[in-house]
Amino acid sequence: MISYYFQFDFVRYAFLVGILIALCSALFGVILVLKRFSFIGDGLSHTAFGALAVATVLGVSNPLYVVLPVTAVLAVLLLKAGQKRKIKGDASLAMVSVGALAFGYLLLNIFPASQNVAGDVCGTLFGATSILTLSTFDVYLCVALALVVTALFIILYGKIFLITFDENFARSMGIHTGAYNTVVAIVTAVIIVLAMNLVGSLLISALVVFPALSAMRVFRSFKGVVISSAALGVSCAAIGILGAVVSSVPVGPSVVAVNIIAFLLLFAVGKALKRE
Amino acid sequence: MPDIVCKGISLGYGGKVIAEDISFTVEEGDYLCIVGENGAGKSTLVKTLLGLESPIKGEVLVDSKISKNSIGYLPQQTELQRDFPATVWEIVLSGCGKSLFFGKKQKAIATENMKKLGVDNLKDKCYRELSGGQQQRVLLARALCAAKRLLLLDEPAAGLDPVATNEMYHLVMDLNKQEDITVVMVSHDIKAAVRHAKHILHLGDGEMFFGTAHEYSHSKVGIRFLNSDKCGRCGE
Repeated sequence: MISYYFQFDFVRYAFLVGILIALCSALFGVILVLKRFSFIGDGLSHTAFGALAVATVLGVSNPLYVVLPVTAVLAVLLLKAGQKRKIKGDASLAMVSVGALAFGYLLLNIFPASQNVAGDVCGTLFGATSILTLSTFDVYLCVALALVVTALFIILYGKIFLITFDENFARSMGIHTGAYNTVVAIVTAVIIVLAMNLVGSLLISALVVFPALSAMRVFRSFKGVVISSAALGVSCAAIGILGAVVSSVPVGPSVVAVNIIAFLLLFAVGKALKRE
Repeated sequence: MPDIVCKGISLGYGGKVIAEDISFTVEEGDYLCIVGENGAGKSTLVKTLLGLESPIKGEVLVDSKISKNSIGYLPQQTELQRDFPATVWEIVLSGCGKSLFFGKKQKAIATENMKKLGVDNLKDKCYRELSGGQQQRVLLARALCAAKRLLLLDEPAAGLDPVATNEMYHLVMDLNKQEDITVVMVSHDIKAAVRHAKHILHLGDGEMFFGTAHEYSHSKVGIRFLNSDKCGRCGE
C-alpha cells in the first residue's frame, strides 16, 4: 500500500525533504539544547512567519529570498544578545517573536494576497500541506542546504564539542568561538526556514528539541547522543510523514506526535536503565 | 626568561577599571596563588594571561617557548556543564586538540593524564554522574593534555567538600613538584594558598601584594586576610 503512494513525485519529494530537514534539525538541536537555546527555534520561526507575510504582501516571487536573510540576521543578533546585552536573551526573544507574529498576521489581513487568509495562515503556522506542494526548485534547494549543513556538522564536530561543553577552554585552545557561534546561528536560521515547509512555524521547536532530548534520556556520551538524535529525528520524520499521507492528516502535527511518542518511550527506557 | 612577566597592567571591561597597576613575575616551576576578594579581578587576570582578554594598560609577556596552545587552562565550571552528556574519555581527549579524529599519540597522552589524576577507571562514565571532585579531576586531566609546562587554574576547589578540596590541592602540588609544571592558581581559600604556593599575588583595593607565601603571612594584608597573627608556614 505504501508503494502506491510512492508512485507520486510529490510524496517522494516530501519524504526526501522531510527526512533531510529532520536530520539537520536533530543534529543542531543537540547544540541548541545543551547551550540552553531551545526556545530560539520557536522565536526564529515566528519571526520567519512575519518575514513571510511581508514577502507575500510584496509579491516576492520566492519568499525564501526574504525570509532566509531576515531570519539569519535575527539569529545572529539573538545569540549574541543571549550572551552580553542587558535585556536577557529570553526576554528579547519573546518580544521579537510575538511582535513578528502579530505584525505578520496584521499585514496579511490588511493586504490580503488571496481569498482565504485564515486558511493560508493556518497552513503556514502548522505546515498543513506545504511540504506536499514543493516545487522542484524547492526540493533541490532543500537537499543542497541540508547536505551542506550536515557536512558542516561532521567537519566541525571536534570544535563543536569543545565549544558546547566549555567555551572558555575552547578559547584558550585558540578557537574563535565568536565565529563558530555565528555559524551555528546562521545554520539554525537556515534549518528553521527549511523546516517551516515541513511542520509549519509553530511546531518547529519540536523538530529541533525532541530528538536531542530523547537521545539524552538514554545515551551518555556526546557521540552517542549526536548519532542517536540524528537517527531518531530521521525515523520519526519518516514514520510521521508516511502516517500523515496514508491517513490524510497534516504532516506537521503527525511528525511532532511521533516525536513525542519516541520521547516518552526513551524516557521510560532511561528510567529502567537507571534502576538496574 | 621567566614564564610570565606582567608589567603594570590594569584590568577591566567596558571602560570600568577593576584592578590597577599589577606587576609580578612567574618563574619556571613556580607556584603562584592569586587571592583577593570577589570582584577583585582574579578570573579576569587569568583570562588576560591566556590572551583571552587584553589589559587596559601595561603588558603581559609570556615566554616564547610557551605557545598560546600549550597552556593548560581549568576554567570555573559553568551551570550547563553539570548535566552535559559526555564521557570522561571524550572530555579528556578534547584537550588534545580540535580535530575530528585523534591519533594514537593523542590517545596515549589522554590515557596517561587520566592515570596521573586517578580518573582512568572512570573512562566510560558520564560526566554528569561524577562527584564534584571527580569532575574537577577530569577537567584538570583535560587541561594537562593541552599543557606542556604551564597550568592556569581558576578556583579548582570551588564547590568541593573539604576532603576533595584537600585532594585537589595535593594533586596540584604534586604536578608542580614532580612534573615540574608551572602553576598559576586563583583561590579564595587563603590558608590553603599560603600552605601550598611559593608565591602569592593579592589583588584588592589599594592592597596589592606580590611576594613569597612566607612574606605574605607576615605582611599587613596577609595578616588581616589570614585573620591570624601566626604565619601559615613557619608558625610564628
